[in-house]
Amino acid sequence: MYGFDYHRPAALSDVVSLLIADEDAKVLAGGQTLIPTLKQRLAMPTSLVDLSAVPGLREIVAEGDGVRIGAMATHAAVAGSACVRGILPGLADLASHIGDAQVRNRGTIGGSIANADPAADYPAALVALGAIIRTDRRDIAGGEFFTGLFETALQPGEVVASVFFPAASHARYAKFPNPASRYAMAGVFVARQGDSVRVAVTGAGPCVFRWDAAEAALTAAFTADALDGLVLDADGLNSDMHADAAYRAHIVGVLARRAIA
Amino acid sequence: MSVAISLTVNGEPVSREVDPRLLLSQLLRDDLCLTGTHVGCDTSQCGACTVHLDGLSVKSCAVLAVQADGTHVLTIEGIAGPDGALHPMQAAFREHHGLQCGFCTPGMVMGAIELARTAPDLEEATIRDGLEGNLCRCTGYQNIVKAVRAGAQAMREG
Repeated sequence: MYGFDYHRPAALSDVVSLLIADEDAKVLAGGQTLIPTLKQRLAMPTSLVDLSAVPGLREIVAEGDGVRIGAMATHAAVAGSACVRGILPGLADLASHIGDAQVRNRGTIGGSIANADPAADYPAALVALGAIIRTDRRDIAGGEFFTGLFETALQPGEVVASVFFPAASHARYAKFPNPASRYAMAGVFVARQGDSVRVAVTGAGPCVFRWDAAEAALTAAFTADALDGLVLDADGLNSDMHADAAYRAHIVGVLARRAIA
Repeated sequence: MSVAISLTVNGEPVSREVDPRLLLSQLLRDDLCLTGTHVGCDTSQCGACTVHLDGLSVKSCAVLAVQADGTHVLTIEGIAGPDGALHPMQAAFREHHGLQCGFCTPGMVMGAIELARTAPDLEEATIRDGLEGNLCRCTGYQNIVKAVRAGAQAMREG
């Protein structure tokens, strides 16, 4: 690891000030991606700004017709939250299958989405459920947050504070985890809110995306049979030593059916 | 830059000035000489370095020492009774031959203790899922699962 300075401010405004004063500073949430990245010398921040002393960022509360989850809520906290289980059990289930037990005890929702790993699980939930990301300065729609490979709509110095998930009559995630890393080789979140159906796919492409054809079919008839004959276009999907693009396109179809059943 | 930290490790207060890049695993092993916490992969895959941070199992090679400021850390050296009596999970690993070379064992035991406290049941699938973050290169999983079930039962009855 290269050397760096360390700050642990007690207010979100101080976090932002430190980030704006130093463009090579990085936010530290749970550290489950950042610390291994630093150890491999794949990043060289001048300083880490630790969010752990900022009050209120771990809260999970029912709000309106949904649930608001603080950026520093761990995957284990989301998975075990009676509030999330009551409002969106499919979201709690997603959180319970991220990484392994030790990673879930440290890794956070805010860290995961700000990192925007193309194979992370949460992006599919944010896009499918139409979540709203609250930062230190504004609200960002889930569908506009993830902009590319490890790229988000966050501005320099902007910090995720919480994520609001609206309730859904159906919300379920199915993934095909890589057996070694447990990251999604592909993952599909299907959400139905009123007459609207969203199908969000993670792990299969460079960034989470919606499968429009599946959404149209499921809007017409919300059954697994409605997807019969539909195959995702493999063009542009990830192809690597674990699975080629055609294989990923196939398992996205399988997972979409599982996420409806 | 060095940062002042204070924590407790196995019930003993510890205060140090540390480089921010020092890992919790390095503080435990190199400074406090608690070498029961093993470092296997050092890439947060294998779980050999698992310790409890405020009661939750974490991979100490993926936690900075500065992040442990103000916390209670429990390592494999801290779980036996004051008279040296083995923790029920340690006793179960011995009884059921839940180790071969022993390298993964401290992490397995620490992970299993949290699993025993939180698992809804002690079915084989639950135990295997719960220990997904701990790898045994000897592939001794059959007896590890047996040991964890017995240890967890002993903890729940004790």
